[in-house]
Amino acid sequence: MDPEIFDVEGADVAWCPGCGDFPILRTLKAALAELEIDQKKLVLASGIGQAGKLPHYLKSHTYNSLHGRALSPATAIKAVNRELTVIVTSGDGDMYGEGGNHLMHTIRRNPDITTIVHNNMVYGLTKGQASPTSQMEMITPLQVEGVFLEPFNPLAIAIALDASFVARTFAGDIEHMKNVFKEAIKHKGFALVDVFQPCPTFNKINTYGWFKDNTYKLEDSHDPHDRNEAFKRATETGKYPLGIFYKNENKLTFEETLSVYSKDNSPLFERKTDVQKVKDLIEKKRSV
Amino acid sequence: MSEFLSGEDVSIVLCGEAGQGIQTVEAILVQAVKLGGYNVFSSKEYMSRIRGGENSTQIRVSSKRISAYVDRIDILVAISKGAIDHLKKRISENTIIIGDEDTLKDVVRPDVIKIPFLKIAKNIGGPIYANIIAAGVLSRILNIDFQIFEECITAMFARKGEKILEGDLKASAEGYKIGEELLKSAKINIEIEKNDGIRDEILLNGTDVFGYGCLAGGVKFMSSYPMTPSTSLQVFIAQYSKDFDIIFEQAEDEIAAINMGLGASYAGARALAATSGSGFALMSEAVGLSGMIETPIVLYIGQRPGPAVGLPTRTAQEDLNLVLYSGPGETPRAIFAPGNFEDAFYMTQRAFNIADKYQIPVFILSDQYMVDIYYNIPSLMTKDVEIETHEHSVFGAPKSKILWDYIVKTDENYRRFEITEDGVSPRGIPGFGEGFVVVDSDEHDEEGHITEDLNLRTEMVEKRLKKLEGIKKDVVPPELIGPSDYKILIIGWGSTYGPIKETLDNLQSNDIAFLYFKQVYPLHKDTLKFVEKAQKTIIFENNANSQFGNLIKLETGFEIHEKALKYNGMPFSVEEVTEHLKNLQEVERNSTNFLNPQNRKSWRSYNGS
Repeated sequence: MDPEIFDVEGADVAWCPGCGDFPILRTLKAALAELEIDQKKLVLASGIGQAGKLPHYLKSHTYNSLHGRALSPATAIKAVNRELTVIVTSGDGDMYGEGGNHLMHTIRRNPDITTIVHNNMVYGLTKGQASPTSQMEMITPLQVEGVFLEPFNPLAIAIALDASFVARTFAGDIEHMKNVFKEAIKHKGFALVDVFQPCPTFNKINTYGWFKDNTYKLEDSHDPHDRNEAFKRATETGKYPLGIFYKNENKLTFEETLSVYSKDNSPLFERKTDVQKVKDLIEKKRSV
Repeated sequence: MSEFLSGEDVSIVLCGEAGQGIQTVEAILVQAVKLGGYNVFSSKEYMSRIRGGENSTQIRVSSKRISAYVDRIDILVAISKGAIDHLKKRISENTIIIGDEDTLKDVVRPDVIKIPFLKIAKNIGGPIYANIIAAGVLSRILNIDFQIFEECITAMFARKGEKILEGDLKASAEGYKIGEELLKSAKINIEIEKNDGIRDEILLNGTDVFGYGCLAGGVKFMSSYPMTPSTSLQVFIAQYSKDFDIIFEQAEDEIAAINMGLGASYAGARALAATSGSGFALMSEAVGLSGMIETPIVLYIGQRPGPAVGLPTRTAQEDLNLVLYSGPGETPRAIFAPGNFEDAFYMTQRAFNIADKYQIPVFILSDQYMVDIYYNIPSLMTKDVEIETHEHSVFGAPKSKILWDYIVKTDENYRRFEITEDGVSPRGIPGFGEGFVVVDSDEHDEEGHITEDLNLRTEMVEKRLKKLEGIKKDVVPPELIGPSDYKILIIGWGSTYGPIKETLDNLQSNDIAFLYFKQVYPLHKDTLKFVEKAQKTIIFENNANSQFGNLIKLETGFEIHEKALKYNGMPFSVEEVTEHLKNLQEVERNSTNFLNPQNRKSWRSYNGS
């Protein structure tokens, strides 16, 4: 499949030159093409932020919702139509700040969706305030004396919640990123992919160079089914590991637990309510 | 002493602590009374706690059809110590009090009938049986056949195991024995005409009716966060989800609940979320999203007193303004507020059709009183209902492409927000057709992509607001009850319907009519005509600001003359409505000019027990 089929003609791309979102978009298209994902059955959902605009630049069904809220509609979209491939694109502020509660509960629900978080450790769209993943001591217009909160660790949190797929990749390593995206999309269950991604305009600390110097790849010997080991690796600082940290294929997905699919896999919009059945139910109230 | 209660109806109140089984007795007795051939109505008031406190349930037994709360208590069954004090304002010299001899040992009143409920219960197997003994006593004095009562007990307790059922049946028989003795001693005597036809009627409570309306409206997805008094509808839908292909999900909060609903709706499932005022406040951002992405959703609001958490288990009509203005920006909507079971069913069913037809958020305003009442009616679904199809060519889609509920099969050139004459664009869903369905919370072009083109922005605002014209054409008209040449016009909406209607039936006045709104927004075009025709208008609302009265003024310029506002957490009683109307007629008789402000009287401060 040609990745170009996912191009949106004449899209007015609002990202800054040099933004790490560009390689993420390009790589996601390539991953989708290599997986031969049916474009007509692909839904991209997002919240607000620069990353939230990605669905407008990738030809697919699009649900661009409210700040922090992408996971709730994405869960429901997949739940009412299991034939759809649902991917959420979000930023660190959107997913770990405003939408933190939903992330926690979506991991618990385990819908079969993929969530790609463009993590640039800063608020870009609102011009450079700290995000939940901003590094300590980073000075911003709001954190005037520097960030003094411990950065949010999405991977450790996700592994603690026994998320079914947890990975981190880097927008400066296309091959690695593509492989992780493909594995995440193929994975049955909730997949969280945190992508280190530089913001050239507002984050002068965590640049391409910084990410290159401060990351390394998990060894081939890393066993993603070892939850304790995965958690340990997710809490490493100094140099941050990249790769698939954790996988649990033994969890039921949200959709699999729904009684509507116990006998019939068809999407809900194809199912008509039998009004006579309601009438019969009411009639039963004539006796105890 | 001897008390004879005869005539049309008797009001029985059971009062006890939470955990004493008052609601179980209510559920059994309403069945037994109906099967016994009487009309029945029940309503409960309870405190926000799991055990203790004082809760009461009123059960009216009548030869007439009834559906309203009364203050009057003819028989009080006091199961707890605090019961008499809790209800002292409603107890009159005509109230017969039945209670446990130990519990009421300090009560010195000639009209108190003391019965060793607890002792007998302990002999049967424990104090838990006291409530069933009381129910047995009441069933006997109401002349309900023991067999019928046993049938109700069995239906209630069979699933709890043989041992419990056996105890409850024993307790029933003991209750009947005590009732028999009471009748023999002539301490009590009730003579209400029976009508065998009532046995076959349908006995429902408010929650059931809203629930059936949702099922008949084709609901396929519900996500909600538990909150009194909307939780009962959530339970209803969850319980029927398997039979009706519905996904029910308990959301982590109200924000997730409505956003999940919108996602489900985007993917083609009719969606519902239920909450109360405080929870709805969290949903309002996504009400704006529904408006912007033109994705239908039905929002059921069980109102209770606020602000904030207010009185969690009491009733109110305080969330009209919140619902009316919720959400950032400007977006059309429709608000239903049914006041009786038939309307609750049809308006709820209609809410789903209207939401889909105009791709808007539609609200159903209910309240604690409305969801908790029970009464019998001959039948509920008297007219056929259908999940409407998208058949108007002005909606822009050829019929061949229409799915059954306003969803179209898209083609390659599909544009989700195509500008049409009536503002409604054909609604496609992902995975059905060749087109892409793109929705965005930012301002967008016809395809759904973000735009900052200010001309297009103007067009899109006008397109969305244009839908209001259609919505207005579909408004359910207010119902005029009583003479058409009225002098006094009562205005009410939602659950005030019951007490107003019963008062009107009692008064049999040629001058007074009742204009009952089951849809409160948009207002029906004839509203002004109705109110202008009256010499005097009075509105009844369970809030302190007359929110609906203000809406009428805003939309029509007409200021309603009198406002009867109650906001202590209890519904209006028939007696209160009667008193207001008598006062109003008094003013009318003593004045040559009702509209003279000096003759106006305000009952705003009324705050009964």
